[in-house]
Amino acid sequence: MLSCLDKKIIRRIQEDLPLVPKPYKEISQELGITEKELINKIERFCNRGIIRRFGSILNHRNVGFMANAMVVWKVQEERIKDVSKIMISFSQVSHCYQRPTFPGWPYNIFTMVHAQTKLECENVVKQISSAVNIYDYNMLYSTAELKKVSMKYFIEE
Amino acid sequence: MNKTNKDLLNLIQSNFPLESRPFLKLSKELNISEVEVIDIIKGLKNSGYIKRIGGIFDSRKLGYCSTLCAIKVPLDKITEVATLINSNKGVTHNYIRDHSYNMWFTVIAPSIEEVKDFLDNIKIKTHIKDIIELPAVKLFKISVIFDIKE
Repeated sequence: MLSCLDKKIIRRIQEDLPLVPKPYKEISQELGITEKELINKIERFCNRGIIRRFGSILNHRNVGFMANAMVVWKVQEERIKDVSKIMISFSQVSHCYQRPTFPGWPYNIFTMVHAQTKLECENVVKQISSAVNIYDYNMLYSTAELKKVSMKYFIEE
Repeated sequence: MNKTNKDLLNLIQSNFPLESRPFLKLSKELNISEVEVIDIIKGLKNSGYIKRIGGIFDSRKLGYCSTLCAIKVPLDKITEVATLINSNKGVTHNYIRDHSYNMWFTVIAPSIEEVKDFLDNIKIKTHIKDIIELPAVKLFKISVIFDIKE
């Protein structure tokens, strides 16, 4: 369970760290706790998996990863475990999920593949495809970004 | 971007120091001064490389529900449907993709009921029935760390 203080800390660190020599001290003063308490709390959130990652969030298009495809795969249920293991070993694969299927939507494994160019992206996908021996896949490039924001948690309406 | 900037970017993506003077720690690893580290980061922010520095949370562990959704939107209704979907604060991503399911969005909400109500509302208001919910059944990898090379 998260305490009121936990939520207060999360509300603050889902925003930006101040660029001053002692950023945690500055935040802890805003929150009315000590610097050490804040750092300990963040460490604990990381260890509990509440925070997946603490660090900088980059704009991947600006750092040169221009081709980003959602690649969806039709994988037999009994092969999912082995296939996903191989897929995630590719550094260009940032996300890999199993999701449900529907009539008209047969793909159950979703990967996000990032590369500098579309050609490079296609080559990576071909490599993955032959590595897992699955050729029933579909590459869905995004043609427009309509929204991309960070979630804000525990914000009162 | 020069080598120091790239090294710094690679360092702070995954291992931003959790100690009193994090920029001093980074400066020692890069053999530059603490002030220089802060200035480089300010520069990388102003030029749009860095969005922010902070925590990235697992929404489920915070008690929230999240799902990916895909909807078949007639081309002449894209703007109208996008406006409706994007007005929800829990919609964090929305993309047009090259497929008959052409609009793909993620929604995060404090409860499964709120997600359901939101999707029902979309169906009612847009008269589009073809919308699929694709919540993660299993997560194998999530690591949005980019290896920035020369």
